[in-house]
Amino acid sequence: MFSITEKRRVGPGIHEYVVEAPDVSRVAKAGQFVVLRLHEKGERIPLTIVETLPETGGVRLVVQAVGKTTMEMEERFGVGDEILDFVGPLGEPSEIEAYGTVVCVGGGVGIAPLLPIARALHDAGNHVIGIIGARTAELLFYEEEMRQACDELHTMTDDGSYGRKGFVSQPLEEILTSAREVHRVWVIGPPIMMKVCADATRRYGVPTIASLNPVMVDGTGMCGGCRVEVDGVARFGCVDGPEFDAHKVDFDQLIARLRYFSESEGEAVEQYKGCQCGHEARSGK
Amino acid sequence: MIAKDQTPMRQQPPEERVANFDEVPYGYNEEEAVAEASRCLQCANAPCVAGCPVQIDIPGFIDHIKHRRFAQAVATIKEANTLPSICGRVCPQESQCQGVCTLGNRFDAVGIGRLERFCGDWEAEHERCCPEVAEDTGRRVAIVGSGPAGLTAAGELRRRGHRVTVFELLHAAGGVLMYGIPEFRLPKAIVKREIDALCDMGVEIALNQVVGRTRLVQQLLGGTYDAVFIGTGAGLPRFLGIPGEQLGGVYSANEFLTRTNLMRAYRFPEYDTPIRVGEQAVIVGGGNVAMDSARTALRLGAKQSTIVYRRSEAELPARAEEVEHAHEEGIRFQLLSNPVSFIGEEGRLVAVECIRMELGEPDGSGRRRPIPVADSTFRLPADTAIIAVGNGPHPLVPRSMPDLALDDRGNIVADAETGATNLQGVYAGGDIVTGAATVIEAMGAGKRAARAIHEALTRPAEPPA
Repeated sequence: MFSITEKRRVGPGIHEYVVEAPDVSRVAKAGQFVVLRLHEKGERIPLTIVETLPETGGVRLVVQAVGKTTMEMEERFGVGDEILDFVGPLGEPSEIEAYGTVVCVGGGVGIAPLLPIARALHDAGNHVIGIIGARTAELLFYEEEMRQACDELHTMTDDGSYGRKGFVSQPLEEILTSAREVHRVWVIGPPIMMKVCADATRRYGVPTIASLNPVMVDGTGMCGGCRVEVDGVARFGCVDGPEFDAHKVDFDQLIARLRYFSESEGEAVEQYKGCQCGHEARSGK
Repeated sequence: MIAKDQTPMRQQPPEERVANFDEVPYGYNEEEAVAEASRCLQCANAPCVAGCPVQIDIPGFIDHIKHRRFAQAVATIKEANTLPSICGRVCPQESQCQGVCTLGNRFDAVGIGRLERFCGDWEAEHERCCPEVAEDTGRRVAIVGSGPAGLTAAGELRRRGHRVTVFELLHAAGGVLMYGIPEFRLPKAIVKREIDALCDMGVEIALNQVVGRTRLVQQLLGGTYDAVFIGTGAGLPRFLGIPGEQLGGVYSANEFLTRTNLMRAYRFPEYDTPIRVGEQAVIVGGGNVAMDSARTALRLGAKQSTIVYRRSEAELPARAEEVEHAHEEGIRFQLLSNPVSFIGEEGRLVAVECIRMELGEPDGSGRRRPIPVADSTFRLPADTAIIAVGNGPHPLVPRSMPDLALDDRGNIVADAETGATNLQGVYAGGDIVTGAATVIEAMGAGKRAARAIHEALTRPAEPPA
């Protein structure tokens, strides 16, 4: 069992948790993820690691309530509660090197996994330009953390309710067209946003890494649900990724696959909302 | 007079069982077991023993059954095989012990698998014959993977007095016995019972431990453990590499079966993991996993479940009983056919385009090679496709051990007799060495490696721990 030691709301339906998991905390690196299962009847879901706290054995995560499991976590799992299974770290760590100037682009909850990568790149001596964005002001979080991790930070909202109005791809394009040399770009967020950003950097020939969040069951190479076509070859998000060369990822296929699964997810959510019976017992409270 | 036919095993009628996940055959009762045991000729040369990958004293345990000494029958099997309830259900007996049974030359072979199953189940209902554990040797062995190879190695090493920890990456022990083989063929309660028996002997099982990520084999050896056995299996699903494989509705058999078996998606929404099965399921492949997938799809609501296999019925690699059960349940067999693409509309599967095949000259495997027939493509309507064409080696441990010798398929190179790898103290066995094979072959490898590890750990020349 894995104890929740902190829980903090960072936006509507978005919470930050610290889970006590010393085995994971000890070895996890930027870019890796965990798989958790809340209770005996739960599903396994992947979540990207935001930060490890090796001195307390904690692992920090950000979870947006979008599916049955994440909604249940939001509503029923607080400080002191225990998560049944917590596995990791999974996936290949980000390749952190001294590249020179690096742009880190995060959209929505994609800002959470981006933060440790920006920090690591900064610590490795890179000049880190951050671009973060969300649909609207209240969905934007970790601005202060990103500001500390980056040498400069651009903040965007789709509706202009905070920072500049527009999409994260706009400042990215501006930086690419300017005289500044950019050596590498990291982009994490909704697949459509990653696709747009990858299209932009491809035109300027800047190597770009996308961190994908495909459907997966085990997270260790066994189900193949997370397969994604990269350069025409099926690769597994869990063991080959989650980071891939964004210029070679077939984002359209990824989007179609996610849509197919979000339909079953919708059914699970309906069930969860419609029938609350027995959930008390299930969360072990 | 010896009965020509095997004593039949009572089973759930096909029309009932396609609507549930309960086990299909009920197993022999004592009278049926005694009747079947009485068919054994007790051959002096016992070809069946040589046909068994773990050399169970088959005439010996059958003779005990014949004389109603059931506890002794169990004990006889357990000298060679600690998991009789499992092997009796999943071994391909017709190509092993029963394939060489003398009686089989004229009549039905003795139902050795059914009798083995009877013994395992009899034990569960009566007294457990818990193997004795030798005095503590003070040596520690880490087992990576809790499938058939790892569990067998763990049991054998524990019995010899070593302290054993099994590291499993999933949240339940059992490997393919838990995630792969369906409930209706191998009830999970039986797997759990066998694993509990190992725990009773003092084997420790550490779940949610991804060796290769959470910790490395090198760390296990450098720290607490005197030897490591790697039995991580063939877990990486192979795909066909044809157009449309990314469409919604196309699953690997591993994903389809893991969702259903390990995550219990067949009890969604009581369990949270969903699975989507349409009306027309097409399963690609001809092995046990393909049969399991086809029969699972039917139980999850598919109106039609069709196996597409590139050779003919005679070459189907599945166990005879599985093919028979599949036929009984109305699974369609589209033989001598091979998929060439998956056809989709708006990102979801609507059909599988196939080409007809014919059999040519025998290939390297000795089976006649399937050759596509020109201009013979046809479409099978499908909203679900399940790819069951085999698995490659599970990648995490080999990738995390750059010095470990691998063959050209990525399997670990290990000595067939001892399981020794090129690295000191590191042993391996089961599908991670041989490529996908059978439960019993993996158990045999686990057993041989355990013997070798025991010898290495107790060799007098070795410095004290």
